[in-house]
Amino acid sequence: MLNLGYCKGSMSTASSGGVSDQFPAGLRVLVVDDDPTCLVILEKMLRICLYEVTKCNRAEIALSLLRENRNGYDIVISDVHMPDMDGFKLLELIGLEMDLPVIMMSADDGKNVVMKGVTHGACDYLIKPIRIEALKNIWQHVVRKRKNEYLEQSGSVEEGGDRLQKQSEDADYSSSANEGSWKNSKRRKDEEEEVDERDDTSTLKKPRVVWSVELHQQFVAAVNQLGIDKAVPKKILELMNVPGLTRENVASHLQKYRLYLRRLSGVSQHQSGMGNSFISTQEATYGSLSSLNGLDLQTLAAASQIPAQSLATLQAAGLGRSTAKPRMPMPIVDQRNLFSFENPKLRFGEGQQQHLNNGKQINLLHGIPTTMEPKQLANMHHSAQSLGSMNMQLNAHGDPSGSLLMQMSQQQSRGQILNEATSSQVPRLPSSIGQPIVNNALASGVLARNGLAESGRGTGFNPVSQSSSTMNFPLNTTAELTATSFALGSAPGVPSLTSKGVFPEDINSEIKGPGGFIMPSYDIFSDLQHHRSHEWELQNAGMTFNGSQQSNSLQSNVDVASSVLAHQGFSSSQSNGQGRNISAVGKPMFSAGDATDHVNAQSLGQPLNNFFAENLVRVKTERVPDASLQTTLFNEQFGQEDLMSALLKQQQQQAGIGPAENEFDFDGYSLDNIPV
Amino acid sequence: MERTQLRRQVALTRQSLFDQGFLDEQFIQLEDLQDDANPNFVEEVVTLYYRDSARLITNIEKALEKNSLDFNKLDGFMHQFKGSSSSIGAKKVKAECTLFREYCRAGNGEG
Repeated sequence: MLNLGYCKGSMSTASSGGVSDQFPAGLRVLVVDDDPTCLVILEKMLRICLYEVTKCNRAEIALSLLRENRNGYDIVISDVHMPDMDGFKLLELIGLEMDLPVIMMSADDGKNVVMKGVTHGACDYLIKPIRIEALKNIWQHVVRKRKNEYLEQSGSVEEGGDRLQKQSEDADYSSSANEGSWKNSKRRKDEEEEVDERDDTSTLKKPRVVWSVELHQQFVAAVNQLGIDKAVPKKILELMNVPGLTRENVASHLQKYRLYLRRLSGVSQHQSGMGNSFISTQEATYGSLSSLNGLDLQTLAAASQIPAQSLATLQAAGLGRSTAKPRMPMPIVDQRNLFSFENPKLRFGEGQQQHLNNGKQINLLHGIPTTMEPKQLANMHHSAQSLGSMNMQLNAHGDPSGSLLMQMSQQQSRGQILNEATSSQVPRLPSSIGQPIVNNALASGVLARNGLAESGRGTGFNPVSQSSSTMNFPLNTTAELTATSFALGSAPGVPSLTSKGVFPEDINSEIKGPGGFIMPSYDIFSDLQHHRSHEWELQNAGMTFNGSQQSNSLQSNVDVASSVLAHQGFSSSQSNGQGRNISAVGKPMFSAGDATDHVNAQSLGQPLNNFFAENLVRVKTERVPDASLQTTLFNEQFGQEDLMSALLKQQQQQAGIGPAENEFDFDGYSLDNIPV
Repeated sequence: MERTQLRRQVALTRQSLFDQGFLDEQFIQLEDLQDDANPNFVEEVVTLYYRDSARLITNIEKALEKNSLDFNKLDGFMHQFKGSSSSIGAKKVKAECTLFREYCRAGNGEG
């Protein structure tokens, strides 16, 4: 393994003019090729170029290496033809999960193959035999990508946030197409600096801004004032008038927010893309967020309400759910705050995820930059809280959740963050259960938390993505997530659970999706929720996303959970609307997921199923006000089951409230609205 | 004395390989990669290549023995072989591979 640490020494000489002379040296390259001869030759050549080389002859190994060391590599070189996995598929996965520049190579120089490389997002295509001169220049791709990311991040520096977003989107989506060469000089410098800091993070480092509740409220108020469409980071920044807050911060927050809103409104298509970026990192990929923008309007509207007011408002407004009981606006808000605190970005990640899930399944992966992890994690946590709300959205979205999950899975680190988030959430949730929609989410969140708290997972809702390591985490979080994110099933929250296989129950792997956990939840939902087709979409999306994640076990669990939830949710959904359903679904997932990991987890899995069954019945029959249901539900069982029931209730209440009703309204939108 | 002679022989053989078109400039690149740190780099690579290609050739033979030739699979093998050969500069082998692939594409079992 290459030491992640770059050779700092060489980097430190960042010349003002451009890239430091020593910059290319120490570049951390990962080479994947099944041909041992070629592998050895490449390694030698790269060493001569003063790069740090890691070679592996199987794509699976490469992926796990990349996942374990998120910031451990700067660039990947992969062969096209490999026995265990298609080179292009690997290319896509890397782009989605880690957003690293990938160079393809092959003895095949046919135009179609090269074109395929381009369309799949390869930064470059080399023909074998590889000459050392070709390798000497691969660092340009790293620089370019950083530059784009940087641009994305620092909206103010560049031309408006739009540009950044676009770049970020591009960057996020790992399409080397937009190698914005503008600001080359500027970027270079930034990149150089980045390079120096490369050891710390793979992306530009910016001091993290913690989006406190007040800050977020200010933000939302500013956004509302400007109008969703017109909310540009610059103006928002001015309106907020917070010293020390940069445009980039606002931009990323806006992105997340948008995603969140999108999720709420059930707008899906974009979201999945956005979600990814969102989740992945604040810094990086806001691109997806921008896509959410379109969708966000609705969600924003809803979302904005939430932050400011109690969830109830949101629910009423955004979701249009009737039952939404205002009661717990607080919890929701708390949740939101929670997210924000933990990771401003994360929230968005979740929110976004949800959004994304709805819309796009796949994108999540794309967008997710390596940095997503923290965000996602944060989101995850929040997701627990916001999940309730978000999930709701997710249901509708279907895709976003998938995507979110996917992202979740990707970001292992995220899980950690989530844990933190979730743990923090737990304390908060208990009180909140009031809001119907929120309740579900909250309940789940709370429950989840409890579950999580117990397990100490806190970190990870990771419902979605948790790559093996974080898996447990997701479980825990899932529990929480489920609570909050009922939508999990459909929404990303769920995905995380499912994918990681942690779920002991293999419920039915409806999850067809690729990924492990995330998908399952979605599938279940989709199946279950007929009415909520959109929501399910998310799941499916999530699942497909997870293609890479193969948490089969999770999937099944999730599926079960989601299905259970779905049933419950759908039938009851009336009341809570989508959010609940998701959460319900999510819950099962959590249970499953968590169950495995933590105490709760295990029991949850099973209980959830049972729970769901009960809930189904309950859901149908009782249209109990969501709020009450949730709370009661929660109380009964430790998080998950209650969540489920809560979800169900909500669903009942919701009675098919369209996914549009962003129940989650709150937390979900922790997204930082992407710079407009 | 003997060593010098041996060296000369090696040089001659090497040169002839180039002349006959067995090796191309890629091989020179390989040689350039060799340095004091890895004095036997080229040797290692070539050994690796032999091992790998032996395995490949076995597979190819097996595939050829079948009555109904699976051209796609053969093509795959060839592609792999070609890649390896070109990496070390085995020009002639690479050319043969290309030719083989042409036949595969044409479905020409005899070729």
